Amino acid sequence: MDNTLNLLDPIFLNSIFRLVTPILLAALGGMVCTRAGIVNIALEGHMIMGCFGGVLGSYYLKSAIGGVLVGMIMSMLVALIYGILRVNFGAEEVVVGLAVNLFSTSLTVFLLRTIFKVTGTFSSPDLKGLKILELPIIKDIPIIGPLLSGHTIVVYFSWICVALTYILFFNTTLGLRIRGVGENPEASKTLGISISKIHYFAILLCGAFCGLAGAQLSLGNVTMFVEEMSGGRGWIAIVASLLGQAHPIGVFLASTLFGFVSSLSFRIQGLGWPQEFTEMLPYVITLISLVIVYIASDSKLKRPSDEILKMKKIGTTNASLNLPEKK
Amino acid sequence: MQNAIELKNICKSFPGVKANDNISLAVKRGEIRALVGENGAGKTTLMNILYGLLQPDSGTIEINGEKCEFYSPMDAIKSGLGMVHQHFMLFSELSVVENIIYGMEPQNSGFIRKKQARNEVIELAKEYNLEVDPDAKVGNLPVGVQQRVEILKALYRKAQILIFDEPTAVLTPNEQIGFFEMLRKLAANEKTIIFITHKLNEVMQISHTISVMRLGKITAELKTAETNTQEISRSMVGRDVLFDLERKEINSDNVVLSVENLNVFDKNNIHILKDINFRVCEGEIVGIAGVAGNGQDELIRAIVGLSDANYIFGKIELIGSQLNHDSIKERRSKGLSYIPEDRNSVGLALQATVAENLVLGNIDDPEITRKGMLIKEGIRKFSESLRDQYLIKTNNIDEEAANLSGGNLQKVVVAREMNHQSKLLIAEQPTRGVDIGAIEHIHTQLLDHRSKNNAVLLVSTELSEIISLSDRILVMFEGQIIGESAHDEAIEESIGLMMAGVIPQGDRSNVNEN
Repeated sequence: MDNTLNLLDPIFLNSIFRLVTPILLAALGGMVCTRAGIVNIALEGHMIMGCFGGVLGSYYLKSAIGGVLVGMIMSMLVALIYGILRVNFGAEEVVVGLAVNLFSTSLTVFLLRTIFKVTGTFSSPDLKGLKILELPIIKDIPIIGPLLSGHTIVVYFSWICVALTYILFFNTTLGLRIRGVGENPEASKTLGISISKIHYFAILLCGAFCGLAGAQLSLGNVTMFVEEMSGGRGWIAIVASLLGQAHPIGVFLASTLFGFVSSLSFRIQGLGWPQEFTEMLPYVITLISLVIVYIASDSKLKRPSDEILKMKKIGTTNASLNLPEKK
Repeated sequence: MQNAIELKNICKSFPGVKANDNISLAVKRGEIRALVGENGAGKTTLMNILYGLLQPDSGTIEINGEKCEFYSPMDAIKSGLGMVHQHFMLFSELSVVENIIYGMEPQNSGFIRKKQARNEVIELAKEYNLEVDPDAKVGNLPVGVQQRVEILKALYRKAQILIFDEPTAVLTPNEQIGFFEMLRKLAANEKTIIFITHKLNEVMQISHTISVMRLGKITAELKTAETNTQEISRSMVGRDVLFDLERKEINSDNVVLSVENLNVFDKNNIHILKDINFRVCEGEIVGIAGVAGNGQDELIRAIVGLSDANYIFGKIELIGSQLNHDSIKERRSKGLSYIPEDRNSVGLALQATVAENLVLGNIDDPEITRKGMLIKEGIRKFSESLRDQYLIKTNNIDEEAANLSGGNLQKVVVAREMNHQSKLLIAEQPTRGVDIGAIEHIHTQLLDHRSKNNAVLLVSTELSEIISLSDRILVMFEGQIIGESAHDEAIEESIGLMMAGVIPQGDRSNVNEN
């Protein structure tokens, strides 16, 4: 095996967006919720339902696209439960989020055993995976070709989703209302906007995005279902959505960073680095990027202006007194 | 002429209170009606009923002679009502245009027609002479302009009747003049205006007619031209109110608070306070006048110890001892007490009981705690005595503070801080949102504190309050003290000019020339 880290290796380049996509799609879902004023921490749970639904649909409908749709529907069903608890019953969103995550993980394990009669992993030759599509012309460009081409339809669609959410937010009435509800629900209410409807829309759209993310995992990256196969990507997606300032472009960039680091960690694992260390990498990068964002936004850590430095030098003792006389 | 609004026999009860008791009110088109009354008189309830936020128990609403039933603000908006809330209902992250069109966006199958929306807003602003930058982010605009956005929002929804809830509380004297002009213009345009206020001089200036409310009833309907402030306040309070306060002559040179060369850079390293120098002596009330946001907050926070600024340079001394690095607790024990502007989040713990709020800051008292355990009996005695002394209206000191009205909450803060018996009392907007009876009480307390040879530093955007209470007045503008004026020479007009940054020529009291 090659002992050096070749970042231009086509196989490595091709793996990047395969790993970006699940994070990106889930992060877009989290972003929509954030904009509507919901901190949705149930992305992980939605995603695992998408993984399972993808395999379920693909197996019984004998079609990968059918699988993707079933994955989205199952994720949206869990999102609906989240919505009922959060919107109708007004439950605390952290509690509901954790509950949905635990529920979804257990439900997929249960369904795996009852429907497919296996534990741990399900794979079958009858399982239809998503086809790899090559982009004409682009596929022949060096570096860019393997990076952008040779992916499943879900990967390409995720890029379109970035543009679609951008248009949604900044060009449509619905988007304006979502942003308004997130920022000042009280004001939205006095202008006749139904906050519940906007929240339901955001929660269900988030479910759909996470379902797509899950289906890409179980039908695109691999063609099988493994218990807990979402593997923390839903949590990384939350960070990506925060790091991207809940802006479609920012979320895209943040997700790409995390996807890139994930594929890099696989790569250096191949170089013989200990697995424990390489698996840690995406999370280390998450922490580092949060710290960087914090530092960049805290002006106290920047170099103070000359005016401040001058005052520091003078101190308080030499300062000329200029007190008004008491009358 | 037909009445634009006619409320007939409106009744509304809340558990234990009759907030509106058989109220009838008729306002003609093009009329400016002032609705005055103390806090808790039922003005807000009545306006919330008119605006569809509350439904009356009985009674009817007629708009332009047509009977209406409002189940939500949307119904009221459809009937041509618009409300400018005291705390603006705006989206600070959105642009002016987005704020105005929100919920009524000109659209093409779901897509906003951005150009059309922008043009409509510009047209509307021009029509009513309400200048705004359509693309500015609302959060970055000064409050006066934000208010214009609120008004445009109502006009964009074709409002014929505009309700203003204490609209001038946030405006500078100059902005107020502009605001009154705009009200007159709106009224001349056949708009009907109801405006709720506490300030009687404004009522006299702007309104055509006045409705006075007290304890859920309308106690007087007056024509502005035929009445005076004394008569209005009598109907509001039910007795004559003291407007001229007596003050004892005190002449002491003992400095209580001295601030020297204070320079503050906020958390974005912006030079927010520049070379602040002043002293407050025993038996003196020093007023800090200025439009909100000219550094008063930062100054007070630096003195009290609540500052989140990156750099604070200069010297702050309380009775000869440096405060700069002291904790808030140390400052308080050295003789500082503080009535904060934001009583709901800084001054009080609303979820706690009245008694708990009263003992805050006194918990080291052996009557109140011993070895870390609360002494229930001591707390009860302590807080009941404060309640009686400061006339806090509550049946039960173990009631949640959030249940009290604004004026009574302020009395809780005042009681606690006055009882602290400190040499220096800092009072920040002590009477904001408080009714006339409570204002009188708080003012008497401040003067009382002064007459005991203590010092008071009073910050208020209410010029009349500053002028009637202070021995000396400092005017702040853009982080500097740009002028000073003694009590006997305080002229509202010249201070008003200084608040707008205009330094009177040859003013002998100008700090910069000393």
